[in-house]
Amino acid sequence: MTRDEIRQAVVRALRDVAPELQPEKIDPAADLRDTLDLDSVDFMNFVVGLHAALGVDVPESDYPKLASLDACVAYLAAKRGEQ
Amino acid sequence: MPSLGADMEKGTLVEWRVRPGDRVARGDIVALVETEKGLVEIEIFDSGVVESIAAEPGTTLPVGAVLAIIRSDGEPAIPPAAPAPAPPSPPATAIPHARVSTTEGVVRKPPTAPARVSPLARRIAEQLHVDIATVEGTGANGAITKADVERAAARRGVQPAAPAAAEAPAPDRAAVMRKVIAASMARSKREIPHYYLGTEIDMGRALGWLTDQNARRPVTERLLPAVLLLRAVALAVREVPEMNGFWIDGQFQPGAGVHVGVAISLRQGGLIAPAIHDVDKKNVDQVMRELLDLVKRTRAGVLRSSEVSDATITVTNLGDQGVETVFGVIYPPQVALVGFGRVAERPWAAEGSLAVRPVITASLSADHRASDGHRGARFLAAVDRMLQEPAKL
Repeated sequence: MTRDEIRQAVVRALRDVAPELQPEKIDPAADLRDTLDLDSVDFMNFVVGLHAALGVDVPESDYPKLASLDACVAYLAAKRGEQ
Repeated sequence: MPSLGADMEKGTLVEWRVRPGDRVARGDIVALVETEKGLVEIEIFDSGVVESIAAEPGTTLPVGAVLAIIRSDGEPAIPPAAPAPAPPSPPATAIPHARVSTTEGVVRKPPTAPARVSPLARRIAEQLHVDIATVEGTGANGAITKADVERAAARRGVQPAAPAAAEAPAPDRAAVMRKVIAASMARSKREIPHYYLGTEIDMGRALGWLTDQNARRPVTERLLPAVLLLRAVALAVREVPEMNGFWIDGQFQPGAGVHVGVAISLRQGGLIAPAIHDVDKKNVDQVMRELLDLVKRTRAGVLRSSEVSDATITVTNLGDQGVETVFGVIYPPQVALVGFGRVAERPWAAEGSLAVRPVITASLSADHRASDGHRGARFLAAVDRMLQEPAKL
């Protein structure tokens, strides 16, 4: 899976918890929880969605590494590389 | 047309999910109705066979109007030409109650083919001003999906990203919801003599247990602190049942179960507090799964009728926003609202020594007609006690 495909999967998972989201408006470096107004339940659903789409089980202690869209892609690409 | 809350006066039938002759069981979803709070899937309250359909999609009906006739198991079939049942002894049960209201004056649109439309697709069609009847469905059994709507919009020259459409989704919807909230909250402050209590709770044990559990659980089974709070409230309600139920016609009516309304703020504006049923009888895993699902469906804009109407007490958790204390307004006709702020590390003195502990402020807004501060204090003390034994939640 390319980084681009990972990025698309992340955006899909985000849209799942925030259907009103406009993908092209996401600032890839901005804090997702802040800018998209995700609460803790939304974020949990997002992490579960990432697991379903990419097979990566993000441990709770790594949640800070999913802060922005860019950070998500970098983290998930690295994790998938390890598998 | 079922009443989905004291503030609902009418609803618009969007589509049927059943046809005459279909067998339905209590809890099945039979119709989709648009209300001031969004789309709601109507669950049937009884088991039987759909005898006839009395309302066409597109019709706006007052609460109490007959939508369909269900023949309960064991009831004899009524002749096909029978008109809508009239009180006092209808031959079959009307949805949701046999209270037949006049539907005169209601403008009926011509019947439309009941195309299957996913709720999300419907919402997006509305936002993009796409007539759903013109969209070709490519989903299972010709169902119209979100992608179909977006394709139709693109063909017409409206991009899904069109800022005007997507950024301000149906302003009238937000305005309508604002009105509903205004009416409900004004009624609350006008009628309910609130009293307020607050207490600080040491969350050290609860969060320690949670971290330990989550480290061992796969992502799909992880728990959030909110679930422990919901369970603690539901179990405390068992000890102080005056917090759980309604103030109706000058007296307290206990709730039939402990159905905890979870206040969810909508990003497009407004607030809704759908219920998780029987939280006192479910374990943390089950409540967690239901919470995740409930929030997701709330975001997608479709809830079930029992979720919208059944809450017996409401919990609002504004900790994510960083506030310390919630001074809640009760959702009438309920009699209590429990608020939680953020968990923050604080100096905590206990048993003669000082330590730093994660602390949360729990608050109770309660209806003084239904209970007194003494009982309210007992309730909050019970919530605290429950949170000190997280493994038992």
